Amino acid sequence: MAKYVCKVCGYTHEGTEAPSVCPLCKAPASEFELVGGGEAQGDAKKAKKGFNTSSDAYAIIYASIVVVIVAFLLAGVSSLLRPQQEENIRLDKKKQILASLNIKNQPDAAATYSEVVKQEAIINNAGEVVATEGGFDVANDAINDSNLPLYICDVKGETKYVIPMTGNGLWGGIWGYVAVNSDGNTIYGVYFSHASETPGLGAEIAGDKFQTRFPGKHIIADGAVTLGVTKKVANEECEVNAISGATITCNGVNDMLKNTMEGYKAYLVALQKPIVEPAPAPAEEAQVTEEE
Amino acid sequence: MGLFSKKNMEALNTPLLKENPVTVQVLGICSALAVTSKLAPAIVMGLSVTIIVAMANVIISLIRNTIPSRIRIIIQLVVVAALVTLVSEVLKAFAYDVSVQLSVYVGLIITNCILMGRLEAFAMQNKPWPSFLDGIGNGLGYAMILVIVAIVREIFGSGTLLDFPVIPQCVYDAGYINNGLMLMAPMAFFLIAIVIWVQRAKDKSLQE
Repeated sequence: MAKYVCKVCGYTHEGTEAPSVCPLCKAPASEFELVGGGEAQGDAKKAKKGFNTSSDAYAIIYASIVVVIVAFLLAGVSSLLRPQQEENIRLDKKKQILASLNIKNQPDAAATYSEVVKQEAIINNAGEVVATEGGFDVANDAINDSNLPLYICDVKGETKYVIPMTGNGLWGGIWGYVAVNSDGNTIYGVYFSHASETPGLGAEIAGDKFQTRFPGKHIIADGAVTLGVTKKVANEECEVNAISGATITCNGVNDMLKNTMEGYKAYLVALQKPIVEPAPAPAEEAQVTEEE
Repeated sequence: MGLFSKKNMEALNTPLLKENPVTVQVLGICSALAVTSKLAPAIVMGLSVTIIVAMANVIISLIRNTIPSRIRIIIQLVVVAALVTLVSEVLKAFAYDVSVQLSVYVGLIITNCILMGRLEAFAMQNKPWPSFLDGIGNGLGYAMILVIVAIVREIFGSGTLLDFPVIPQCVYDAGYINNGLMLMAPMAFFLIAIVIWVQRAKDKSLQE
């Protein structure tokens, strides 16, 4: 006996020819398709192996086998590719840090990174250096007030401090790196990225047009974090114009900047005071106060 | 039966226009809205869907006679999900930049109705080779609409094409501004509707 399947609703009719009208969706006979050769083969196979493909036991065994095969396949592929993927993620992180230092499109980012980044330190919110290495391996969820990674870099002879940060955008996570000049206040460069912001709107935070608004802005004034992203810029020195149409994402960037900088504030403020070196102290102090 | 017999070529050709999955069968609309505000993700999404539909079609077609009919949808889902996960893992390992660019869209392929539609309607009844061609055809039919919509949205929404500026600065100087509405999902609805309108106006057999 041949099987006819309705192409519209999937109703299966068994008989010598297709029904004139589908009993389920009233489709005409022309909508029926003969499930011919395949079914015949299936019948033959069934007969040979003695399986009844419509029995409960067969369905359960079949499903179990499929699931086990797929599980092993995925687990195998995942563990096989894991080292490669982690290497990619580390390399990507290095590229992002370099991007915040305005170093982009390097053919060998890993080499450039080890050249530029002198120290992967960990500091706390009191401004004390907790460790001078291992900052790179601090996972995002392990970052807290006593465990703040800080990258001390050397770009063309000048010391720059790169601060990593994470926050929430409209649809998902956003993150970034802010490079600060050795005065501990002026932004040298930034890098922002996002998981799933709206293309053309919130996603523009990852674009140059937005990121080039940051360099030169001041982070801290009078002991408070003033750096921010707003719609109406009141203070050109420390505020950045938001992207229109991407209010929630820009608010997310704003919160991320403020929250993160709060933890690094003590360290940055300490940088603003001249390092205890006898000779140039007075002159530098005056200069720094001016900038504040 | 030859590899490129008339029937096989039909499996490849008809989904491009006559039975286009987006404009005629109205499948895969959700992702057509989500990824078409820029051209680059639209192209990558179109290609990924094409590859995955073709592969899933072949696998389901190979095992179609052993699948118990009562749990066939679950089996199809498992195959599709496994393929998508595989593709995503491989991209992460060997084409990290692309996978970052696609981000959530790779996972979204699982939810694309075209996949389940083709598995259920074609691969369950046909041999692997025609199923493969059918998958390629449907994937390309889907990709084609995505690209058309994305080109219009990117040019008028951002003034760029594949991130290269295409609208000259003098036009902006004359007072032109990018149309922000183009970047919103509803505009993709309008554009797809216009494509459907044009297609049906030309092809009388599609008119209801």
